Amino acid sequence: MSGRDLELVSVTKRFGDFTAVDDLSLTMPSGSFFALLGPSGCGKTTMLRIIAGLESPSAGRVFIGGEDITATRAHQRPVNTVFQSYALFPHLDVIENVAFGLRRRREKHVVERAMAALDLVELRHLAGRKPAQLSGGQQQRVALARALVNNPAVLLLDEPLGALDLKLRRQMQVELKRIQNEVGLTFVHVTHDQEEAMTMADTVAVMNAGRIEQMGAPQELYDLPRTPFVANFLGRSNLLAGTVTDEHGGLLGVDVAGTRVQVPADRAVARSGAVLVGVRPEKVILLGADDPAPPGATALGPGTVADVSFAGVSTEYLVDVPGAGRMSVFAQNLTGLSATPGGTVRLAWSPQHAFALVDDGAPDDGTGEAVEAAELSEAAAP
Amino acid sequence: MKRLSFGRYLLPVYAALAFLYLLTPIAYTFAFSFNDAGRSNLVWRGFTFTNWQNPCGAPAVCESVVNSLQIGVLATVISTVLGTMIAIALVRYRFRLRAGANLLLFLPMATPEVVLGAALLAQFLNLRVNPGFATIVIAHVMFCISFVVVTVKARVASLDPRLEEAAADLYASPRAAFWRVTFPLLLPGIAAAALLAFSLSFDDFIITNFNSGNTDTFPKFVYVSATRGIPAQANVMGSAMFLIALIIVVTGQVLAARRRRAAAT
Amino acid sequence: MTAALVVGHGTEVAGARRRSRTAWLLLAPGLLYLFVFFVAPVAVLLLTSLFERVPGGPVGATRPAFAVSNYVDAVVAYAPQFGRSFLYAFIATVLALAIGYPLAYVIGVRCRTRPLLQGVLLVLVIAPFFTSFILRTIAWKQILADDSVVVSVLKTVSLLPDDARLTATPVAVVAGLTYNFLPFMTLPVYASLERLDLRLVEAGGDLYATPISTFRHVTLPLTMPGIVSGSLLTFIPAAGDYVNSALLGNAGTSMVGNVIDSRFFRVVDYPTAAALSVILMAAVLLLVAWYVRRSGTEDLL
Repeated sequence: MSGRDLELVSVTKRFGDFTAVDDLSLTMPSGSFFALLGPSGCGKTTMLRIIAGLESPSAGRVFIGGEDITATRAHQRPVNTVFQSYALFPHLDVIENVAFGLRRRREKHVVERAMAALDLVELRHLAGRKPAQLSGGQQQRVALARALVNNPAVLLLDEPLGALDLKLRRQMQVELKRIQNEVGLTFVHVTHDQEEAMTMADTVAVMNAGRIEQMGAPQELYDLPRTPFVANFLGRSNLLAGTVTDEHGGLLGVDVAGTRVQVPADRAVARSGAVLVGVRPEKVILLGADDPAPPGATALGPGTVADVSFAGVSTEYLVDVPGAGRMSVFAQNLTGLSATPGGTVRLAWSPQHAFALVDDGAPDDGTGEAVEAAELSEAAAP
Repeated sequence: MKRLSFGRYLLPVYAALAFLYLLTPIAYTFAFSFNDAGRSNLVWRGFTFTNWQNPCGAPAVCESVVNSLQIGVLATVISTVLGTMIAIALVRYRFRLRAGANLLLFLPMATPEVVLGAALLAQFLNLRVNPGFATIVIAHVMFCISFVVVTVKARVASLDPRLEEAAADLYASPRAAFWRVTFPLLLPGIAAAALLAFSLSFDDFIITNFNSGNTDTFPKFVYVSATRGIPAQANVMGSAMFLIALIIVVTGQVLAARRRRAAAT
Repeated sequence: MTAALVVGHGTEVAGARRRSRTAWLLLAPGLLYLFVFFVAPVAVLLLTSLFERVPGGPVGATRPAFAVSNYVDAVVAYAPQFGRSFLYAFIATVLALAIGYPLAYVIGVRCRTRPLLQGVLLVLVIAPFFTSFILRTIAWKQILADDSVVVSVLKTVSLLPDDARLTATPVAVVAGLTYNFLPFMTLPVYASLERLDLRLVEAGGDLYATPISTFRHVTLPLTMPGIVSGSLLTFIPAAGDYVNSALLGNAGTSMVGNVIDSRFFRVVDYPTAAALSVILMAAVLLLVAWYVRRSGTEDLL
């Protein structure tokens, strides 16, 4: 009752002269919860459809459990999908929807197994209803049961929580994780919601423009992004342009607008030339203009506070530092406001929190906000 | 802003009058089906049930109705099958000459019946085919196809293509996916198209008249007997058709309303 | 976002193109049927219209020729019928619009909150279709007969002069045409009105327009597609109809359809009948072509 490995080798998909998936290779180990994360149009849904067999790749191969399934058609693959719009059959009731795959494969004990799947999603009492009589959350769970009951080698989830409200979404995230643990299948979850990917997945692959920018455990990706896109798609980052001047003691010295900033060498993508030094806003502290920096910390400034936004949990400060640009600082609201617009402050952080990236000119580097805004507006528009 | 009460009620009154206008001939036909008429049903002579009890009293009436029914069923089956296939192709597939196909399907609906009837007759004559039962069926299928396509097309367009993908994802071969998912969901549209085709075929006069030779359909019989005198049994048939059709359509409406209410709970 | 749209579209196109063979398999039987039993007959009609009658030969015999003169003769001889056909059809269309639009408005706009009522009313609109076309036309003939209640009342109230009659008049023919094609006008107009976004009408009121002005500047333009297709669907069959004229009119109200019918069956003059049919069809096609030019072919069906 466990899933199998999924392996993609140099998969490419072109539509005319638009390349949706560009020479993508990766392995998803069996039994893991794998998230494909990326903005709209990055090719993640296309990727999913290729795995499901609903699209065939222009080049490359797909393997499940070591077997090459590239040429097999969708209805012959041991893969099931939970669609974004659920795609429940409106003319069948819930139990028949769930039993659909079992019946097509002429399996035994169809009704019992379907009921068991409904138990898993706690919807046994709705077995006789039609999909139109269910709420969005209930439909989503039926779609999940319908896919799970077939014990697929790989279960694909295409942004299944997109249409749910926030509270329900959080609930379902926990549910899905629990079910995956219990059942032990390989889950591949496609989403544009980075928080969702990070909370649910064992491994996250960040996709952009048809390619995987970085792949790894959520903490790893968050703590040490390798490209500007990842740095701004997962959470937010302050990126400062500078040049590497020296290296000793495992620390790189980088000249950022006249200030010497240090980055551990093992947290840098390149050790010479032009780099982008990154540090996350929540790792930066505000210092008064005359306060001393903590020992060993990198200090930047002075700069002028351009804006202060109170967000309940934290306060975001936007600080303009001459030469470096606009920096963002998230301060936990432990002691109330520590600076006001127009005030002069200095910024400090520990070098262990910094990382260095190379500006690869990829689209959407440095302005993850714009991408998130686009996601939100696309999610809002049906 | 205070609306003129006069303007507010004017519209519904006007509409009510229009409905009265629409239904008067039907009421008249229905009333005269109870007329104790002899050969000609022009003057009211007395109320009787005999016409309804003995609808085949005037022999040609029943024969023509039977012909019309047989032709209707045949034409409906053939045109529904052909039209449904075309409708699916038009909505779900992209192909060249799409505009041409659309035009070809539209033209029979736009062409006056006189022209259609005359053209078919001309062709049958040239092919030395005698007009009769078969030619009527052929003609009816021809003009019904377009209407079937229009009706089914609307239904196909409203079908979520993701459902067929879901079926494939759940191990249904293309054939299984069609018969277990697509077809059941199309059925209401196909049924509506079949009903439409049947009523068009049953009620057709002009094209039938041109291509029927000696065979009588119900409308043709009524037209021809208009000069001699239409037997009351024809009124019975007409009224019966009206009632049956009314029941079918109203039942459909009530079922749909009930389904809507169930979905809302 | 544009990329996502492209991907979405691209998916469809890629999948669809792979299956265009199936498309032709589905289309072939029906389209072939139409070719054999619609396109070919019309072509034959065209040819027949150019043949000429064999002088001194058996009745109905024709021989192949290229007698374009048939058309000239037909137009000259039957110009009055053509004129009458288009005139009656036009008047019937206008009347149908005058009756059908308010009807559609009541059902499509005023009754929007009550779908069951809407359904019932729509059924009543198509109800006339459920009886035979001939039967209901004959019913009118008897309702408007000289000795009927209706005529008596009209005469008593002096709306009708004492020696006038309603049947066997152009008035009756036009009335019959209007009646029989009223649903063809009402349904497309209803479809347009049903989709009308009432907030636009409210916006008109909000911007100082009187109800009449709102109707003229907001409702009417927005429902124009329905009016146009309803008018086409009414005018075209009405122009070719001959049953109303035969049952409700007299020899002086004959329309093109009557002539074609008589030329085919009574006089057995195939070339003239064919020529008349072709002319009628050409006139209709011109109208359709104008409509297609405006709205493209996708909206046809």
